[in-house]
Amino acid sequence: MSVLVYVEQAEGKFKKSVFEAVSYAKAIADQQATSLTAISIGDVAESELKELGKYGAAKVLNVSADQLKSFVNQAYASVIAAAAEKEGAAIVVLSNSFSGKGLAPRIAVKLKAGLADGAVELPSTDGKFAVKKTAFSGKAFAITELTSANKVIALNPNAFGVKENATDAVIENFSADIKQSDLGTVIKDIVRATDKVSLPDAELVVSAGRGLKGPENWGMIEELAGLLGAATACSKPVSDADWRPHSEHVGQTGIAISPNLYIAIGISGAIQHLAGVSSSKVIVVINKDPEAPFFKVADYGIVGDAFEVVPKLIEALKAHKG
Amino acid sequence: MKILVCISNVPDTTTKITFTNDNTEFNTAGVQYIVNPYDEIALARAIELTEGGKGTVTVINVGEAANDPTIRKALAIGADDAVRVNAAPRDAYFVAKQIAEYAKDKDFNVILTGRESIDYNGNQVAAMVGEFLDIPSVSIIKKLDIDGDTATIEREIEGGKEVLTVSGKFVASCAEGVAEPKIPNMRGIMSARTKPLAVVEAVAIDEVTKVTKYETPAPRGTVKLIPADQTEQLINLLHSEAKVI
Repeated sequence: MSVLVYVEQAEGKFKKSVFEAVSYAKAIADQQATSLTAISIGDVAESELKELGKYGAAKVLNVSADQLKSFVNQAYASVIAAAAEKEGAAIVVLSNSFSGKGLAPRIAVKLKAGLADGAVELPSTDGKFAVKKTAFSGKAFAITELTSANKVIALNPNAFGVKENATDAVIENFSADIKQSDLGTVIKDIVRATDKVSLPDAELVVSAGRGLKGPENWGMIEELAGLLGAATACSKPVSDADWRPHSEHVGQTGIAISPNLYIAIGISGAIQHLAGVSSSKVIVVINKDPEAPFFKVADYGIVGDAFEVVPKLIEALKAHKG
Repeated sequence: MKILVCISNVPDTTTKITFTNDNTEFNTAGVQYIVNPYDEIALARAIELTEGGKGTVTVINVGEAANDPTIRKALAIGADDAVRVNAAPRDAYFVAKQIAEYAKDKDFNVILTGRESIDYNGNQVAAMVGEFLDIPSVSIIKKLDIDGDTATIEREIEGGKEVLTVSGKFVASCAEGVAEPKIPNMRGIMSARTKPLAVVEAVAIDEVTKVTKYETPAPRGTVKLIPADQTEQLINLLHSEAKVI
């Protein structure tokens, strides 16, 4: 028996959110007094697989079959479920990433397991295996008990943090039978904006709303985000008007994020927007309307015109960085 | 082409979320229910893909009779018929099992859901239905085109997008970009009253999850206001006090 964590790779590398999932799974393995096994699928160098040991993975199952080089959730779910059975793992952990969201439910059905997705804390250890997860788009949390014997948990990015727990990871090759029918989706192209920080797992986010008046004014938002190493985001009216892509829309009907710092510029803070960002650790609001509802949930605020404040903020940040 | 669209009955987006019974139940008092906004996107695309006699759209909901007005709304938007599986939706696993049971011998070419419901934010049902039916599923799609037996799909990935194709039957969960939600017109609203809404009974299934309690986020302290001409003070606070930069 062990805990199994799926480590999602992108172009042969693991991201911070993966190390976070490994750290979280290691803490669960400690709760259960067992060891942690990771499973990686696709082309990953041994040195990169070894990195997983740093966060507590005692064993790494490396799956490198040709037909699994690119992501197919059906086949990946089959392999991960087979690995869980082989390892006797009753608990499977993964990141609640875009791919994780397509994968976790399939693994759960294969293992007849309850699934807690959007987990933000370790499971309770008071006899009930209950996981705190986000609900009502950030307006609440649901403490969800996984009552089945097998359990699957998808961890929200930035919820647990990366924790070092050095072990020397043993790497084993692993293979499982893949049915042809498991390979129904075929990837034709992957487009990544390499110069941008990915929004869902960004630690810092600079977001702007209708107060910016038009898409031509986003230059200063991009500059501020660039200086901070932050991702850019926007409110719903902005993406609805096609000033910015839908993938940047945060809020109840966009994506929910929980960065360490969320800077909202020219966003009034409608309840639907707040739902998607309220679990940010620190919120800064810049708005010329002192009555904007966003100030009620902000940690720091500046009442002022974005077109005056943001350039000054950029200057101050440049000075700070020397 | 036959398309099945799965819809959830969820609290309106402006709802203030509160709980009763020692925070173990969602407080439904005064709550207005709507078709889950993402499911409306899925429905709109299904209608576009079948327009002009190219196919039919069936909507399915797992819920009790109180959901019927929400289902009628989907019919008013343009679905051809509807099915309600008569059971309280326990969790995504339960809902997906019911949908799969209904769909397994109905020959739907495509099954669509919204990317997540705005109450439990699961994004579980689509992939679970795919697994129960042993057909491909694609989660959080931004674009969907169907040409004959092959669908071309764009799905969101961290920092970009992935373009993929799938042949034969599949399930997909739709996000913004797939279609613009449609507003029902008067003719749609009138015809929705007489469109078929079948009620089927649920199949039994073991419980796998149970919500034991709800919590609301801890309130934040009062905002610390910084004068507009002292942005360097904000940078200092973020660096030394909040320690986030």
